[in-house]
Amino acid sequence: MAIATEKATDARLPLHYRFTRYLRSHFIPAIGILGLIYLFVPIAVVFAFSFNDRLPNGRGSVSWVGFSTDAWTNICVDPNICRAVGTSLQIGVLSTIAGTVLGTMIAFALVRHRFRGRQSTNLTIFLPMATPEVVLGSSLLALFLSTRIPLGIVTVLIAHVMFTISFVVVTVKARLAGLDPRLEQAAMDLYADEKQTFRYITLPLVAPGIAAAALLAFSLSFDDFIITYFNKGPSITTFPVYVWASAARGVPPQVNVIGSLMFFGALALVLLAQLAGKVKRR
Amino acid sequence: MASSSSSGKVEDLRLVNLVKDYSGVRAVDDISLTIPAGSFFALLGPSGCGKTTTLRIVAGLEDPTSGRVFIGEQDVTIKPPYQRPVNTVFQNYALFPHLTIHDNVAFGLKRRGEKDIETKVSDMLDLVELSDLARRKPAQLSGGQQQRVAVARALINQPDVLLLDEPLGALDLKLRRQMQIELKRIQVDVGTTFVHVTHDQEEAMTMADTVAVMNSGRIEQMGAPEEIYELPKTAFVANFLGQANLMEAEVVDRDGGQLVVQAYGNKWAIPTARAVQNEGQIIVGIRPEKLRIALGASADTEATNSIVGTVTDASFVGVSTQYLVRTPWGQELIAFEQNLAGGDRIRVGDEVSLTWEKSHSFGLAGHENVDAGVMDLSGAIAEAVTESS
Repeated sequence: MAIATEKATDARLPLHYRFTRYLRSHFIPAIGILGLIYLFVPIAVVFAFSFNDRLPNGRGSVSWVGFSTDAWTNICVDPNICRAVGTSLQIGVLSTIAGTVLGTMIAFALVRHRFRGRQSTNLTIFLPMATPEVVLGSSLLALFLSTRIPLGIVTVLIAHVMFTISFVVVTVKARLAGLDPRLEQAAMDLYADEKQTFRYITLPLVAPGIAAAALLAFSLSFDDFIITYFNKGPSITTFPVYVWASAARGVPPQVNVIGSLMFFGALALVLLAQLAGKVKRR
Repeated sequence: MASSSSSGKVEDLRLVNLVKDYSGVRAVDDISLTIPAGSFFALLGPSGCGKTTTLRIVAGLEDPTSGRVFIGEQDVTIKPPYQRPVNTVFQNYALFPHLTIHDNVAFGLKRRGEKDIETKVSDMLDLVELSDLARRKPAQLSGGQQQRVAVARALINQPDVLLLDEPLGALDLKLRRQMQIELKRIQVDVGTTFVHVTHDQEEAMTMADTVAVMNSGRIEQMGAPEEIYELPKTAFVANFLGQANLMEAEVVDRDGGQLVVQAYGNKWAIPTARAVQNEGQIIVGIRPEKLRIALGASADTEATNSIVGTVTDASFVGVSTQYLVRTPWGQELIAFEQNLAGGDRIRVGDEVSLTWEKSHSFGLAGHENVDAGVMDLSGAIAEAVTESS
């Protein structure tokens, strides 16, 4: 028996080598899966709690009460929640459009043109991303108050466009930098003037970058609490502000429903984009 | 828009005193030349010699600092690229990645609002044998196929001049040889003027009717390939176009149509007509394949010059053997010997004589650097690096 084992191991690779090889092939995927679980548990909790029942006194609860689809069938039972979502969507769409257009133009200027101050512009673009939101929000409030601009949807829009531009510039710039300038030269060589070159070559090739930038800008705007809270004034309430205010009385499960809807909406968008890409490639 | 050759008439391309400065560095230094309609013209030179800049000025992608570009009688110097009857095959092709092969090829016709686009595109794809791949995207094609799409996309517009910027640089050697023949065939078929930029002297000589050798922004010499190969006028041309043995010598006598020169105790003669100067210090040149190598001392005849030396290296390369022979004054000469005899070869260490026909030698100006244009290893590596970037 002992002899037989010895003979069998002779043909095998050394134990320590097999052990590290086993680790390499099993350990790293396991860590990866744990990492993914870490990322998705909060989303799963949000989804699960969208089916939570209310407490007998009608308030939302942070602990499990019982299963109910009531929140999904009556999302707007409190009209304030739907009004807040509407306000957030409105601000999100408007600031995304403005931020994406401005940011894309800045990105083109920075990548395609050599001008005085280009390097310092490149640096200052990062400043809003690096500044704490609390500082941005409070100093913007000071600015609006001292210039007597009434707080409301306009001031929130100005603030949101301001901080989304940086993200748009960085995203579009990355895509543009990867675009071979010879493609545009080739288009001009093939009788396309400046406008046609932009329409048929530059724009289609940079579009994925612009789309990614717009999505990022939208989610940043929709999500923002700190800067919005400072500059919104008493007249409007955005969705994050509503959630924060309702937390004191127990967050209603409808908030989780809206969170889940946002998540599945984003997921559907990504899947659609991938599917469209596959169909186009055929 | 572009006055293209729908009439079938192709125009001469004329460059007049073309100069291009890049922040103090002169890339193109006063180039004037006429490229006749329908010819296959090669601009040959090492990287950084200004050949690509010259091409881009003709395409309109670069503004000249001064000088003019004419196509026929039309001055196109300040016209934007999309108003010139010129199309370009870019280095690495610059195919539009988001468009199909069909749409890439149709791009120019669509911009000009031509009729019968479908027929023309399918004819052109037939010509370059890519009809089956019309619905594919460029990334799905091999390098050789992409290269043919790039040619088709430019040629379908029937330009007066087709510019080719190192079009074969990204292909492997075998495919490159095949495409050289293919491009030459297409050029003969369509009769358009081709201006081809390359750093590969063999490619330039294989394809072009006329080769212009460029060095630091200037044209050193221009002519038919065999003409400039056999009779280079400068050390740079002698060394860049093939290989050359260049030896410093002094003119000591003139004998009829010949110069008698003395070098390190040897007396040679070269035809006066083949020397750029006929007195004082000159450089005597001879191509390696013109040298006959033989064991022992040579029997000099009326028609030959000779040198004795020691073989320091012999590399067998199949069709020929390349010898390095050290002369008594320490210079190493190259000699190519065809493998006609087989067997009994000359070995390293043998004392040999090198003989050549007097009429094969050429004379260059004595002040020139005999190493100008020699491709040393560091230069070749630097070139490979700049190209891959």
